[in-house]
Amino acid sequence: MALLEPVVRLGRGGLGFFQRLGRAHLFALEVVRAMGATLVRPRLVIEQMYSVGVLTFVITVVAGLFVGMVLGLQGYYTLVDFGAEDSLGVLVALSLVRELGPVVAALLFAGRAGSALTAEIGLMKATEQLSALEMMAVDPFRRVIGPRFLAGFLSMPLLAALFSAVGIGGGYFVAVGLLGVDAGAFWSQMHSSVDFYDDIMNGVIKSLVFGAVVTWIALFEGYDCVPTSEGVSRATTRTVVHASLAVLGLDFVLTALMFGE
Amino acid sequence: MASRSVEIIVGLFVALGLAALFVLAMKVSNLSALQQGGGYELTAYFSNVGGLKVRSAVSASGVTVGRVVDISYDDRTYNAKVTLEIRDRYDQFPIDTSASIYTSGLLGEQYISLAPGAESEYLKDGGQIRHTQSAVVLEQLIGQFLYSKGQGN
Repeated sequence: MALLEPVVRLGRGGLGFFQRLGRAHLFALEVVRAMGATLVRPRLVIEQMYSVGVLTFVITVVAGLFVGMVLGLQGYYTLVDFGAEDSLGVLVALSLVRELGPVVAALLFAGRAGSALTAEIGLMKATEQLSALEMMAVDPFRRVIGPRFLAGFLSMPLLAALFSAVGIGGGYFVAVGLLGVDAGAFWSQMHSSVDFYDDIMNGVIKSLVFGAVVTWIALFEGYDCVPTSEGVSRATTRTVVHASLAVLGLDFVLTALMFGE
Repeated sequence: MASRSVEIIVGLFVALGLAALFVLAMKVSNLSALQQGGGYELTAYFSNVGGLKVRSAVSASGVTVGRVVDISYDDRTYNAKVTLEIRDRYDQFPIDTSASIYTSGLLGEQYISLAPGAESEYLKDGGQIRHTQSAVVLEQLIGQFLYSKGQGN
């Protein structure tokens, strides 16, 4: 029997994984079902947009500024060897709008807002507040989880757009202000190479997907955690790790679907 | 009162986010350029379009007057059929206008340059540009150069 032990452990792990996956999808179904009730009470969503979106605002803007500035600097040193530093605007804008804006904003969002959501829901579960709500015949999906999900879903594209816009501003500052690239060429080449539907709308779609996935993972980890202080701390860690990996993996899939010719 | 200030801050956040999206759409992308009125379409046949792409620029005297909207291969004439969209305000290209494919800079993108002719009639929507000059293919150019060198000796 001792020989079979590793196989047993593998099987138990696999079953546990699929059970969690199943619970996560049932959870998503419940959230979608609670959406109608959530939309009726926008005040709850606004309150959550404050803690999910507004509090992530500063870190997103500062990160976007520095990412844009670094892109400008690195891009300049690469492009100047080919005498193509006029294309710096295209490089900065396309990298930000297509990839870095949605992805980095989603990673920051997972770290800043996702972990907070998990800890909040997890503590609500540990202190039996969710059970108390149910005792009072208040559906926690309608009152607690639905508004948080919608707030995350709506905040993410706004944060990604802010990240890209501020990043392009930072790239402009470095390229034109510090390195002496021609301002007209910077904007006009950007203008002619960035397409509204192919580049900007696809970036927005990406950030909507990331927003939904990160918020879903964060809320589920909180809802599904072991209701102890250790369980909540583990769930918070898992949220950040899983949400970040999901964002990076999904980004590859979405990029392959969107930007393939 | 506290919930009111929360609402104000969230409102500002949403407004800023939408403003950023608007800036991206108008200032960064070509959306504003696309919506400067409609355009009329012309076709031109080239024996070789080289690296020309859909959305490549169409220019006259170096000024962008339109875009390439479609490139397809016509298997009856064995030529590439390029459809150009010229903005409505530039509607006075004579019917003997010629179109050539050039490259901007050494490594730049390829674009179509229109050189107006001298006729008094103008090209209309659906018209065809008769005089075209294909893209220069570097290998052909080198081949011709070597061939003429060989003949000279």
